Amino acid sequence: MKFGVIVFPGSNCDDDMVHVLGNVMKQECVKIWHKDTQLEGFGPGDCIVLPGGFSYGDYLRSGAIARFSPIMKAVAEFAEQGGIVYGICNGFQILCEAGLLPGVLLRNTNQQYICKNVHLKTITTSTPLTASLASGQVLKIPIAHGDGRFYADEATMRELETNDQILFRYSTESGEITDAANPNGALYNIAGVCNKQRNVFGMMPHPERASEAILGNTDGRLLFESLVTLGQMAAATVAE
Amino acid sequence: MQHAEPEITPQVAQNLGLTADEFNRIVQVMGRTPNFTELSIYSVMWSEHCSYKHSIHWLKTLPRTGRRLLVGAGEENAGLVDIGDGLACAFKIESHNHPSAIEPYQGAATGVGGIHRDIFTMGARPIAALNSLRFGNLDSAHTRHLVKGVVKGIGDYGNSFGVPTVGGEVYFNDCYNQNILVNAMSVGIVRVGHTVSAIAEGEGNPVFIVGSATGKDGIHGATFASADLTEDSAEDLPAVQVGDPFQEKLLLEATLEAIKTGAIVGMQDMGAAGITCSTSEMSAKGGVGMKIDLTKVPTRQANMKAWEILLSESQERMLIVAHKEQAHLLFEVFDKWDLACAQIGEVTNTGKLEFYHHDELIAEVPAESLVLGGGAPVYQPDYQRPKYLEQVGKFHSKNITAPKDWKKTAQQVFASPNIVSKRWIYEQYDSMVRTNSMGTNEPSDASLVRVKGTNKALALTVDCNSAYVHADPFVGAMIAVSEAARNITCSGGTPVAITNCLNFGNPKNPEVYWQFVQAIKGMGEACRKFDTPVTGGNVSFYNQSVFKDKTEPVFPTPTIGMLGVLEDVKNKMTMDFKKEGHQIYMLGTPQNDINCSEYLRVVHGVQHSPAPYFDLDEEFHIQLNVGKLIRRKLVESAHDISEGGLFAALVEMGLPRKLGFTLDTDSNFRKDAYLFGESQSRILVAVAPEKEEALLDYLNNHNLPFSQVGEVKGKNVVVDGENFGPIAEWAQIYDSVLSEKMNTAVEPV
Repeated sequence: MKFGVIVFPGSNCDDDMVHVLGNVMKQECVKIWHKDTQLEGFGPGDCIVLPGGFSYGDYLRSGAIARFSPIMKAVAEFAEQGGIVYGICNGFQILCEAGLLPGVLLRNTNQQYICKNVHLKTITTSTPLTASLASGQVLKIPIAHGDGRFYADEATMRELETNDQILFRYSTESGEITDAANPNGALYNIAGVCNKQRNVFGMMPHPERASEAILGNTDGRLLFESLVTLGQMAAATVAE
Repeated sequence: MQHAEPEITPQVAQNLGLTADEFNRIVQVMGRTPNFTELSIYSVMWSEHCSYKHSIHWLKTLPRTGRRLLVGAGEENAGLVDIGDGLACAFKIESHNHPSAIEPYQGAATGVGGIHRDIFTMGARPIAALNSLRFGNLDSAHTRHLVKGVVKGIGDYGNSFGVPTVGGEVYFNDCYNQNILVNAMSVGIVRVGHTVSAIAEGEGNPVFIVGSATGKDGIHGATFASADLTEDSAEDLPAVQVGDPFQEKLLLEATLEAIKTGAIVGMQDMGAAGITCSTSEMSAKGGVGMKIDLTKVPTRQANMKAWEILLSESQERMLIVAHKEQAHLLFEVFDKWDLACAQIGEVTNTGKLEFYHHDELIAEVPAESLVLGGGAPVYQPDYQRPKYLEQVGKFHSKNITAPKDWKKTAQQVFASPNIVSKRWIYEQYDSMVRTNSMGTNEPSDASLVRVKGTNKALALTVDCNSAYVHADPFVGAMIAVSEAARNITCSGGTPVAITNCLNFGNPKNPEVYWQFVQAIKGMGEACRKFDTPVTGGNVSFYNQSVFKDKTEPVFPTPTIGMLGVLEDVKNKMTMDFKKEGHQIYMLGTPQNDINCSEYLRVVHGVQHSPAPYFDLDEEFHIQLNVGKLIRRKLVESAHDISEGGLFAALVEMGLPRKLGFTLDTDSNFRKDAYLFGESQSRILVAVAPEKEEALLDYLNNHNLPFSQVGEVKGKNVVVDGENFGPIAEWAQIYDSVLSEKMNTAVEPV
């Protein structure tokens, strides 16, 4: 499985993703410049990552400019053909802005940037990203964002529920979905979603910051392991 | 437009912040009366901020050499220390006090941006940031307004730029009510031999300005920073710069990429005094001159005057001297990152800076005459022991009656904003980006940052208890260095070098200058003891507020930023209690000492008392051995005793895992001194029962004073058999005090 990490101007978690995918997960991983127009050498079994950061400074709505970067047309086509696309934090925001994922990410309710560990309850396990997790499994993974409040209209929410598109919800350590466990005011505590075809993923928390024993937390690594072991298989199924 | 210039007189010079003597000196150097632009150039270059004219004499008495130092103090934009494995660490701390006092958000943001540029202009990639913040009384709406602005400024800039804020300190004291202190530190990594110097060389080599366009912001910022803050300072608002972290991020990536092309001769960031400072310092360093056409500088608005372009402190800009034949490589890189890269001149052999504007030579000054170490003036002001110290000396703890309700007193001390968690602040900073922060899930006294590609980690800390320094500048400065070293030692690291940020009042006030001289002497003494040379830093004078009838300097605040190294990340030590049954020992000697303690201030309202007990030799001996105990894996937790004394330190150790403890005081000491005294050179360790014997053998064999103070036990805090309540209750105090105070509505100010 081959990974490509897109570098937008202002991306700042690109090196972290390359480190975890390359050095920790031992996968083939390259950076892709946002001005490129093609994803050469990437096929349906591969994965394109949109990393965290502040693309174009995010002085406007987060991700609103990055969605127009030249590479995004190729990313949309890649997703269309069943390739796996995974956005984290700013990457999630960009995917929502680009219409590749439902919903939007609004300013945190407390109007502040928040960086801390949070707990996530696994909701759907029928995606390549979460397949090796147990349903309801609680992970400790940090967030770091100012615009992380997931929002969607009622119809979209119903669709997300019906199609089992919710990846994670913010929860307590023991897995209860409470207001107190919701760090940013996200609708229904939603921390991450996938598209209907289950090959495009977005989440606000940063698994790449919780993937090494030396950092004291390896919960995030479970997601990358899941991707690597099951990604190709699942992508192949989608492509059929 | 040059014709509109005023006639140059000593009065005009004075209006620009130059003394009559300095004006005469300029006339002498130039052999003629300078024009307004030239005078402006001297005014900023000879400002305190750029010239260090009131501090350099004493700074030179600090230890500034060592086997690990790759550049001498002050030689480059930041210190450079060899950390092995072919890598070097560039680090520096700098103040942005005056701008932050006027416009907290932009002041703090551009402080962060400026210090990062100092690091990456050397070719190092910043991997960690720290800060030291001092505010006034938190019960004042003005203070809360400043806290909110500063924290958001630091957060917005650092978070977007993508460098984690891994540590810091925050103090509240009335002395900072008007004049807050914002000191920012950046730490970067570079391969040895791949650094870039801030030098101009090679006649005919092109000079480029890269990054943001030049605007009218921050003009005369350096002069502004070199004067007292007054009630009218808010009118100097244009002297505060505006930050753009996105541009800085692009500039970082572009400059590091540009260095790899091999086209760069030298590079310097533009901070204080903008084009003026960078062209003169780079030229003076290389013993060359420059011919600069200001018309070629990309500007944000039309019709900017020459002196405005020269003095603008617009952020996110760099000056680059490139090899003539390879200059085209620069354009490719800066094009890729969509950044401006404009040739504005070339290197000459005249030693003079010649500035042209619309084909007219508007200023011509010898570069050497402008800079520190060259023609900039050097002063050694008179100093005299301050009168307030008499009052300090009069304090006797005998007159302090011990409280009756110990639990209530403990809560009162522990709830001080100076002791409780700064979570409300640090959660607004991205502390984890770049995935090197080892303290996210397990806290240590210093911030541990692993160095990818090696087995090493950096141990970083900023420290200064300015109340101690105020009480005794010599001892207080020694304590600041020692506490920094203690934090690094308790984290498993070895102290290596320091950078300092010296925040003082007006140097022309003899009492203030006495504080400065004494603090430098104390700092030097401690740095020599720990073999932690000073690699550079920053002096910020004029930190005082002038009112109608009096002037109040801030407490002398020589903040120490210390770099430590863990040769092996496996030596990492954390401060949290791990398990019930672990025995708690205090290494070091308790004293009957409540001097300068938070307890004395909070419970008894005593503002003036001598510095706490401190012995440098004892401190060194204890740290040396604690380092060995950690490397021999004889202890499970280590934490130094600082503000709030033994009691606060133990609660802090219990909080992360919500483990309670018992504590038994020693009847040979006043109970308040034993619990809350801040006598120095004491470290708490927790030991597993199976290692206790080995630990005691070691302590006895190495002549290390120690006492058993208690045990990790249950969920309660128990002192001399009295239940002080569940640790969860203490966690509640620890986590809520600051946020509750900050969430009090801020009225418009």
